[in-house]
Amino acid sequence: MSEKGKLAIYWAASCGGCEIAVLGINEKILDVANAFDIVLWPVAIDAKVHSIEKMDDKSIDLCLFNGAIRTSEQEYMARLLRAKSKVLVAFGSCAHEGCIPGLANVTNREEIFQTAYHDTPSTDNPEGIRPQTETEVDEGMLYLPIFYDTVKTLDQCVEVEYYLPGCPPEPERIWDAIVAILEGKLPAPGSVIGAETTVCDECPRTREEKRIKEFKRTWEIIPDTETCLLEQGLVCCGIATRAGCGALCPTVGSPCIGCYGPNEGVEDFGARMMTALASVIDSEDPEEIDRIIHEGIPDPIGTFYRFSLAASELRRTSLATDGDGQSAASA
Amino acid sequence: MKRISIDPITRLEGHGKIDIFLTDEGEVANAYLQVPELRGFERFCVGRPAEDMPNITNRICGVCPEAHHMASTKALDALFHVDPPPTAKKLREMFYSIFFATDHTTHFYALGGPDFVMGPDAPVAERNILGIIKKVGMEIAGKVLKMRHDGHHLIKMIGGRPVHPNWGLPGGVSRGITEEQREEIEQLGRDAIEFGKFSIQLFNDIVLGNEAYVALITNDAYIHRTYNMGTVDENNHVNFYDGMIRVVGPDGKEHAKYHPKDYREYVAEHVEPWSYLKFPYLKKIGWKGFVDGEDSGIYKATPLSRLNAADGMATPLAQAEYERMYDTLGGKPVNNTLATHWARLVELLYATERWVELATDPEITGEEFRVLPTETPDEGVGEVEAPRGTLTHHYWTDERGILTQVNLIVGTTNNNAPINMSVKKAAQGLITKGTVIKEGLLNTIEMAYRAYDPCMACATHTLPGQMPLEVMIRTPDGEIIERLTQNI
Repeated sequence: MSEKGKLAIYWAASCGGCEIAVLGINEKILDVANAFDIVLWPVAIDAKVHSIEKMDDKSIDLCLFNGAIRTSEQEYMARLLRAKSKVLVAFGSCAHEGCIPGLANVTNREEIFQTAYHDTPSTDNPEGIRPQTETEVDEGMLYLPIFYDTVKTLDQCVEVEYYLPGCPPEPERIWDAIVAILEGKLPAPGSVIGAETTVCDECPRTREEKRIKEFKRTWEIIPDTETCLLEQGLVCCGIATRAGCGALCPTVGSPCIGCYGPNEGVEDFGARMMTALASVIDSEDPEEIDRIIHEGIPDPIGTFYRFSLAASELRRTSLATDGDGQSAASA
Repeated sequence: MKRISIDPITRLEGHGKIDIFLTDEGEVANAYLQVPELRGFERFCVGRPAEDMPNITNRICGVCPEAHHMASTKALDALFHVDPPPTAKKLREMFYSIFFATDHTTHFYALGGPDFVMGPDAPVAERNILGIIKKVGMEIAGKVLKMRHDGHHLIKMIGGRPVHPNWGLPGGVSRGITEEQREEIEQLGRDAIEFGKFSIQLFNDIVLGNEAYVALITNDAYIHRTYNMGTVDENNHVNFYDGMIRVVGPDGKEHAKYHPKDYREYVAEHVEPWSYLKFPYLKKIGWKGFVDGEDSGIYKATPLSRLNAADGMATPLAQAEYERMYDTLGGKPVNNTLATHWARLVELLYATERWVELATDPEITGEEFRVLPTETPDEGVGEVEAPRGTLTHHYWTDERGILTQVNLIVGTTNNNAPINMSVKKAAQGLITKGTVIKEGLLNTIEMAYRAYDPCMACATHTLPGQMPLEVMIRTPDGEIIERLTQNI
């Protein structure tokens, strides 16, 4: 390639862990710098949002976008980078599925503000002050972005070519994806770039096709170090989760929490988990199966949609009208 | 009235934005650091099983997930009324010491240190990690990279993952360590102590050996006489993992010493309409606005605060450096914000010494690294020192351990008011009678808040000297009369 491609890396509502993961490719970051002119990467290099705004549409070859969309400014950046990029990748669980911040969709802006600024027991707010999009202070006006009612995934805001799963994606998988992009060996647009197997397939624990009579909470048992955690009664999400991490959590004795999202061909992670769990329950009686799931899994939404609530079929019907956020925090 | 807006363009769309207003005479009227983001963890965690919290709350911050994971795990101990066995406590504290040493290394060499090592007057293009490497040489750069690599390697080995560990449980941890692993942890820990000593020596040679830098540290523009908070052990020595919270006044006298579970008697959070981030203050003193002094409840929770709030360090090398720092700066307490960088290195040395102490403890490879809770869960507080300040998690549940209420006071949040004050003071030093000292403005303001290593959800973790800043000076009707930029 005589001319280098242009790369942008960006973060929205995220924790910074994706940036740490990118830095985790270590010396290979130099290969990335050799292959691309990095036009935007706030954590590491000059960021030039004004320059991005002035660029022609589709002039960035690749944009890796992490973080969910929680505020009006984040949506602005998603739309800007979509317009300027040929290939937009939803990078990491937040952009892909909403991740943990997407659990906020069990509630809404009003309840979040009520809790944060009124009900939390250390909050002292006798005048009932809430953050406003516009505040007149003695010296002039101050502005905050609009806090949306609903957390959105990147592809609920703009069209996305590819998804790179994981919270965060493991550095090795990030490198695999970059190589695939550099070599032009990409799957069809809309695909997840990753393995087609599940975490169970890379887990060192032994599965014996054993069936169980009850689920255990993690604090109720000390599992052995050899056998499948699910067969020991723990709700391990490896069975429905895309491979790619190397089964890190089960290796240290903790059940998979599903951060890599659903495995290939599965639309809804929670639905797949429920089916999978039903298959290991030692009962044919629907009522007993219900009871076992209800007793052992007291929070089905938080367990089955821990990382994927914002992307799931459960998302609220008002999403379409909430997107512009016009009602907003100033209300 | 004129307005100067500093948008870190890196976070134009989130986490940090500074507005400075000038009077008609051209003096600084006020400065505001706004945090334009909120994620609502305290609300959406309600209804979740308590044992999920170490895995949910570490997603608050991907740079210091270990701190949230640990505060949350300790909150679960209290919630379930279970006392982890000695091996579990030691494993957790060793893991935490490794994390602290790694995180402080990142800050000193990549984030805060360049201001010092390269000097405040160095060209912007050199005030970054690459500038440091050039100045101190590849050999030293290699040491820094090894320290960071070793730290992340061990964090993954012990806690399961390099980012977002999945290891803590009420009553202990999910897995212990083998003798083979222990040997590796000890060996890398001994290397880390040498690295800690080397870092202090580097600071000595480059910073303390230069009168201009010492003058900067003691410059009035960087002094804030506030209360200081930190966690101390039974000897009033600094501890990151466990202990009592101690608060000392601007004069160094003890204001309070309390168990973390009693934090609500001592700390409250103030709300302003112009920021999504609240402003904690000492309840018994009260919120008096953005002012320092004995009568204002504003406190700092930083490496320097922890040293100010303690009587010393629990390990020998760190204690010697602690004494030397206070001797050099004229005794306790030190209220010079920029001395926070020095304090961070004293803590780095302590973390590495503690790491090896625990790695050589006979109980560290014990097989009893967990006990199962037997009591009914109800309410629990967990507290640790995060690198960026005292971190408190408080949970309430029903009898099944399902969360009914959550309260979090996060490291950087403690320092929200002091950072605002530091920004204002730095601006006042540079803007008088309408004259803006262009060259120093961006750098000095950046240094004022970087000393706190502010982590607005990790937002400002950008490399110094490369942080793109834009300052716009506008007329009241919004017309831009001057635009200063750095790296744009």
